[in-house]
Amino acid sequence: MIDKYDVIIIGAGVIGAAIARELSRYHLSVAVLEKEIDVSFGVSKANSGIIHGGFHAPPDTLKGKLVVPGNRKFDRLCEELDFPFERNGELMVAFSEDEISTLQFYYDRGKKNNVPYLEIIGKERLLELEPNLNPDVECALYAPSAGVICPYEYCFALIENAKQNGVNVITGEKVIELKKNAGIFEIKTEKNNKYSALYIVNAAGLFADEIARMVGITNFKIVPRKGEEYLLDRRVGKLVKRVIFPCPTKKSKGMLIIPTVDGPVMVGPTALDIEDKVDFSTTRDGLKTVFNHAQKLVPSIRSTDAITSFVGLRPAATSNYSIISKFFSIIKSFTGTKPEYIDGDFIIGRTTVSGFINAAGIQSPGLTASPIIAEHISDALLKDGLKLEKNPAFNPIRKRKVKHLRSILDEKNFSEVEKLVKENKKYSNLVCRCENVTEAEIVAAIKMGHTTLDGIKFATRAGTGRCQAGFCTTRILDLIHQETGIPVEQITKKGPGSEIVLTPLRKGRDG
Amino acid sequence: MNYEQSTKHKAQNIMKKKVDAVIIGAGPAGMAAAVSLRENGIKNILLVDREPVAGGILQQCIHNGFGVHHFKEELTGPEYAERYIDQINKNKIDLWLDSCVIDIEKNQDDTKTVVVLSKERGINYINTKAVVLAMGCRERNRGNINIPGSRPAGIMTAGTAQKLVNIYGYLPGKEVVILGSGDIGLIMARRMTWEGANVKAVIELQSYPGGLNRNIVQCLNDFDIPLYLSHTISNISGNDRIEEVEVSPLDENFEAIKSKSFNLKCDTLLLSVGLIPENELSIKIGVKLDPVTRGAYVDKNLMTIVPGIFSCGNVLQVHDLVDFVSEEAKICGASVAKYINNKLEKSKEIPLQKRNLVRYVLPSKVEIGKPALLSLRPMHPAKNMTLTVKTNSSVELFKRKYKNIFPSIMLRINIDVVPEDTEFVEIKFEKE
Amino acid sequence: MKKELICINCPQGCNLDVEFDKEKIISLEGNECKMGVKYAEEEIFHPVRMVTTTAAVMNGFIKLLPVKTSCPIDKSLTLNIVKEISKVRINAPVKSGDIIIKNILNTGADIVATRTVGKIGSW
Repeated sequence: MIDKYDVIIIGAGVIGAAIARELSRYHLSVAVLEKEIDVSFGVSKANSGIIHGGFHAPPDTLKGKLVVPGNRKFDRLCEELDFPFERNGELMVAFSEDEISTLQFYYDRGKKNNVPYLEIIGKERLLELEPNLNPDVECALYAPSAGVICPYEYCFALIENAKQNGVNVITGEKVIELKKNAGIFEIKTEKNNKYSALYIVNAAGLFADEIARMVGITNFKIVPRKGEEYLLDRRVGKLVKRVIFPCPTKKSKGMLIIPTVDGPVMVGPTALDIEDKVDFSTTRDGLKTVFNHAQKLVPSIRSTDAITSFVGLRPAATSNYSIISKFFSIIKSFTGTKPEYIDGDFIIGRTTVSGFINAAGIQSPGLTASPIIAEHISDALLKDGLKLEKNPAFNPIRKRKVKHLRSILDEKNFSEVEKLVKENKKYSNLVCRCENVTEAEIVAAIKMGHTTLDGIKFATRAGTGRCQAGFCTTRILDLIHQETGIPVEQITKKGPGSEIVLTPLRKGRDG
Repeated sequence: MNYEQSTKHKAQNIMKKKVDAVIIGAGPAGMAAAVSLRENGIKNILLVDREPVAGGILQQCIHNGFGVHHFKEELTGPEYAERYIDQINKNKIDLWLDSCVIDIEKNQDDTKTVVVLSKERGINYINTKAVVLAMGCRERNRGNINIPGSRPAGIMTAGTAQKLVNIYGYLPGKEVVILGSGDIGLIMARRMTWEGANVKAVIELQSYPGGLNRNIVQCLNDFDIPLYLSHTISNISGNDRIEEVEVSPLDENFEAIKSKSFNLKCDTLLLSVGLIPENELSIKIGVKLDPVTRGAYVDKNLMTIVPGIFSCGNVLQVHDLVDFVSEEAKICGASVAKYINNKLEKSKEIPLQKRNLVRYVLPSKVEIGKPALLSLRPMHPAKNMTLTVKTNSSVELFKRKYKNIFPSIMLRINIDVVPEDTEFVEIKFEKE
Repeated sequence: MKKELICINCPQGCNLDVEFDKEKIISLEGNECKMGVKYAEEEIFHPVRMVTTTAAVMNGFIKLLPVKTSCPIDKSLTLNIVKEISKVRINAPVKSGDIIIKNILNTGADIVATRTVGKIGSW
């Protein structure tokens, strides 16, 4: 039995999800194959959630060209898809003369990228805007158009909307074989399922190079670039209103102070090229580095404020034979043709294999550019021969199934709580005490297919608070079991192999 | 939002209630406080707990060792809890279970409004004269102590493992390493072994064990489980599930000596690395916390700096014996009753200064003209020490010799009446 | 022969220094009370322990009944006792103090419920 589609997207992170939603605007049969047990479990789960202003990326790269148009899309997107988005702005701060000229460099770059309302502000105004900053700051580059979102809520919203509009999203399916046979792509997965499609979109994150290699495309490699981030206790409060950047280094935008859209402050990430695509370990050095840098920006931050940490692996694309390809790039640019791509830039669009479209190497500002990347991909498919007929029944609106009690409680809007409880009794059962998450939200998440502890964590924030799931783990296990029938010993943290408990005791007992 | 003015919320389904005292937490502290309040004549009491049963953490502590002081017999946790649950029932004290306090606010007239989200009853606004904070502790977790390495499944706090084994009936894993030699970790070493797991080691940061000696014997020695003192876990590996931990000895600065580290294969890591009083609600209403105990600063009546808000049990200071929790809560209940009847007197308070090896002393102030009951812990273990409490004019209020003192064993002492004209009182340990 | 023991009778955990021969205790130092004497003798010649574990409950408000041995039993039998108890299925209601198993493994000790579990259908 082979499942046939017009387009198969490999990877259901933010990029795969954005593309899925985009393609669901048309009369097409589309499937997304995701190797993890839930969407957004790869690169996207550790994303910092920043919608960039757009002054970092070089103007002659895809990153530079797509970041501002992407940024502009988010007001409408968050209205249509009902995910939280705050356009709070970002500041790149300078402490010295050298750094001030760096600011000027990025100001010019930002202007070239058409970043709106970009300005360099002086010490007085800067400390007025952000009183908790190190008083030694001299000035800053201010992009009020930047913002923050929750990356997995965004991803979930895109996927839900894509599903609403007919896209088939299949998780737990790892592509192990991909061949082109008589003009059709044939896929075999680890579970031994078979799929076929006329077109393939490669949005496979860290493994995009491996997928591309399966059809003979070998001109790029994905190098994981590790970043450690630390989440601070909510009690510390909103130390800053805007995302704070230092002046950047060669490897990364630097270690930031991020006031997340859900409330707690995040600091990091570090940037370290590694070999292992599954190395999600934090380090002692990482902790020291992050907090040293963070304290330079906001002196009141303490490493003891951290309640947890996590690691993200950015999929940095490099050419496979970088010296040779750089050489050819130089030659090509002399002869007037554009080089294939620039080291570290997005790799999006058509390839030497007709029907195979890349959406690879999407590191920062990939999240910001995601809606435009999706449009580019549908454009590439069109150019590659796919007929795009608009589907008049396409519904761009996706509403969150349940309200989150936490934000209502934060506002002390008890009359709203009363209403919620009256409508749905499950709102009166508080499951995660630290983040104020109720049974209503957790059951809704389970019904949406999030049946792992991590999936529920991303969908509801249950387990992310100061007790780090000490109180709610057993309750969530119970709820998953009640709603799905999955035996407790088969419920996992993030997919098979990560079961929470090993065996039931006292076989044959109740429950 | 001022609840007194929220009369627009007159809809029928909103529960409003007026009581004399709300006790947050129906564990051993909360229950003992409630019973004490009733014994002292207070009728209108509401006891609230977020669990579906009363008894707090005792219900999962199925081992014995409780009640030796208080009931003069050795009981298991559930038996100790049941003694108090029976009293709650006998006295017909109002008990709401599956109910979470989500907010507390002070009103203009010194009453407080406690907002309760109850699984059965929905949202409720309770107007009360007094509040007793008895929420107990949460466990310190991996996020707090930042163990480097991957984040696989198979890592949990010892208390969560205890709940899974004893209440839910699941074995978290088979090849177990335990970080921390506090009593919870030691008890779980034995419990897991009894249920068929192989506990490979207990790793302890300090140069001395964190739990009681008796537990070293009956939980580790009985099963030949090695205890590595002055060691830490310096790395965790494993992608989906934990596979291995790297154990390193520590130098004098508590830094890991990586060159001497060794690896232990495991599928489970239990963390028993300390308890943190669960004071998030307390902070909300303006209670000041002592950074050493992480519990509220209280006077001898166990009242916090917010009038009418009292604290007792583990949320006030981490106890080792539930017997002392019951004693403390009983005193608290009596004070709360006095407060409700406007009979809480307070004479002049003077500071207690801790010196030499005293890690903390509670309360941190004493009253002129009154004796006092003090709780304290030393900073590290020591032999042959004398504990003295003296006024600034060298009047001795307490003196006792101790062969052994341990940070893991709380001392409770009664000191003599503090004379008039005392300016401060000093408490310290001295070598004999 | 000499041995160092830690008394486990109460949370105090006195450090005991015991001298003994094949049949009796010759000398004992370090105990703060008389229980230490009894403990030393038992621990040297026939060590005993209390066992606390859980047994499955059917139709109860909770799924597991915490239980204990009515008195300390031969230390070498603890794992076997836990296994025996794990096989039992008790029907709710149970009262704290009820005897669940009489004379477990011929030790003379009973297995006693330590919690009252009322009858309710589901978990």
